[in-house]
Amino acid sequence: MQPFTQHTGKVLPIDRTNVDTDAILPKQYLKFIGKFGFGGWLFDDLRYLDPGDVETDLKTRRLNPDFVLNQPRLQGATILLGRKNFGCGSSRESAVWALRDYGIRVVIAPSFADIFYNNCFKNGILPITLPESSVDQLFLTTFMAEPPLQLCVDLEACVVRQDNDFEWPFTVDEARRQKLLLGRDDIAETLLQAEKIKKFEQRLKVAEPWLF
Amino acid sequence: MGALQKPQTLYDKLWQRRLVMDYADGMSLIYIDRHIIHEVSSPQAFEGLRESGRKAWRPSAAIATPDHNVPTSNRQLGVDGITDPVSKIQVLALDENCREFGLPEFGLTDERQGIVHVIAPEQGLTLPGMTVVCGDSHTATHGALAALGVGIGTTEVEHVLATQCLLQRKALNMLIEVTGTLPAGVTAKDIVLYIIGQIGTAAGTGHTIEFAGSAIRGLSMEGRMTLCNMAIEAGARAGLVAFDEITEAYVKERPRAPSGEQWPVAVAQWRDLHSDAGAEFDKVYRFNAEAIKPQVTWGTSPEMVVAVNARVPSPEQQCDPSKASQYREALAYMGLSAGQAITDIQLDRVFIGSCTNSRIEDIRAVAQVVVGKQVAATVKQALVVPGSGLVKRQAEAEGLDKIILAAGFEWREPGCSMCLAMNEDRLYPGEHCASTSNRNFEGRQGSGGRTHLVSPAMAAAAALAGHFVDISEEA
Ligand code: SF4
Repeated sequence: MQPFTQHTGKVLPIDRTNVDTDAILPKQYLKFIGKFGFGGWLFDDLRYLDPGDVETDLKTRRLNPDFVLNQPRLQGATILLGRKNFGCGSSRESAVWALRDYGIRVVIAPSFADIFYNNCFKNGILPITLPESSVDQLFLTTFMAEPPLQLCVDLEACVVRQDNDFEWPFTVDEARRQKLLLGRDDIAETLLQAEKIKKFEQRLKVAEPWLF
Repeated sequence: MGALQKPQTLYDKLWQRRLVMDYADGMSLIYIDRHIIHEVSSPQAFEGLRESGRKAWRPSAAIATPDHNVPTSNRQLGVDGITDPVSKIQVLALDENCREFGLPEFGLTDERQGIVHVIAPEQGLTLPGMTVVCGDSHTATHGALAALGVGIGTTEVEHVLATQCLLQRKALNMLIEVTGTLPAGVTAKDIVLYIIGQIGTAAGTGHTIEFAGSAIRGLSMEGRMTLCNMAIEAGARAGLVAFDEITEAYVKERPRAPSGEQWPVAVAQWRDLHSDAGAEFDKVYRFNAEAIKPQVTWGTSPEMVVAVNARVPSPEQQCDPSKASQYREALAYMGLSAGQAITDIQLDRVFIGSCTNSRIEDIRAVAQVVVGKQVAATVKQALVVPGSGLVKRQAEAEGLDKIILAAGFEWREPGCSMCLAMNEDRLYPGEHCASTSNRNFEGRQGSGGRTHLVSPAMAAAAALAGHFVDISEEA
């Protein structure tokens, strides 16, 4: 996993509450057997005018010009700004994979659904909870800003900065912060205990040899 | 004082036996002895390993088999018999991944292939005292052998492959005791449906359920597997039954069971796999087996269940308004009305199979009911899908397939089949099905399909009559 220390990027405002995981990645894409390559299907129903599935060639699909993600000025955005209860609905982890593969590294919202929030950390995305008033202010700024709003997210100092003019501090669980800073996923974390696991396995081989 | 250990539950013991370490945040690292892998929940786990350049920690601890989406006919064609392109890709990907990572696999044409939760106990790949995981929520089944079986997600599949460990928070202990003798025609399936009807689908959340009491002790291994299989339907990630002579007799001489000098050593250890006298449980429920009738679900959740001689309940009689509205929605989906007799529900299809009820004892129960009789003309299809190639062979050796075919049932190749309708075995909108599987959720057996969960004998009797019948009356 890519370490996360500081990140500067363009903001993609998704101005709706209760964005569910089916909106982020519709269920027909659960059939895809890869773990990567979901980016083109992010917000599929909103993003395209025609329906699609795993087999459809993305190049043939008609973009919805009214959906914010398709605005030329917002191409390459890496920070998603959302509203309340972001990521609710089914527990599909592939919703987070779609964000990750699109290039999103930070999601800022007033609140998140639990499982989605956990899945973000597992995949190197930093979810930031900010007070509703701050989120409102950010939305207002994104609508007016030209060139588009850029933010700097500093996980070492736990602040979001806009040009040096504004700062929004945030909090995040310390163990999770460390994992992100070091770019360690759960597996890497567990493998730090490899010696313990090997010792345990050796003891088991003696005590219950029929297991091996 | 001090020397005496606090009495432990079976779950406490199983946990302690495989605890590698505790983390400060309440999570623990648990060593996993057996990892069962199938084609649907594993591809991304392998892709994750490839991406990060990781290997499987102990390939021999795994066993893979395709079961969820495989066709149940034309097995001799192997993978070429799979018409759905997505299913085919998943099955081929499993073969390829097993080859690449060195994992043992029972492929599609191997006689040992079958439903993950049927084949592992059958092969002695699940043994008492083990920790068993699989990317399928019905892994609770393995608890019947006094093993800790836990269903996991795809990310955890990758984690277990890479580290042979699972990150878990220890669950609470729940005891469900069923005493007394089961009436004739009442099976393990009826016990578990009855329990879920009494305690609800959320009662077990955050708990591991141990099933105990004389009625449970009296069940065969197959019956105990049916029981533990549905612990998840009561909200618990794991279900357990203590080790006893029945477990011992079942495990003995299985292909992967300990043998020779190891056997008595293993059995001596396994004898401790029960809750100590005085062990404390966080929640306890007690039931009397004599009160249990054959059960039939009428709604869209396993807790929406009544005795076969009862009537469809009325939403108006529920005091809890949210329950009343759930009942109304369920009745609308199921096309049933309050007060209707369960025995009046007409059936379009019958499905006998799934990891809940597809073992040899289940097939025998079906054959016993249908011998010399005929499936009702109003039933469009009655399927019997054995849980594994070996169950199939055993049934054929006993001549059960002939009885079942003669009665007008189809006799299929092993797989999950109509339990989740990922292959072509499915219900069509509005169809009612008597099913021996474990989930009656909306659309589970096919979009718009209406599932009624029952025991194998009840499903067989319903196939003959075209509607549900009270087999305990006839017995
Ligand atoms: S039979 Fe049904 S519940 Fe059992 S493993 Fe297969 S899909 Fe899951």
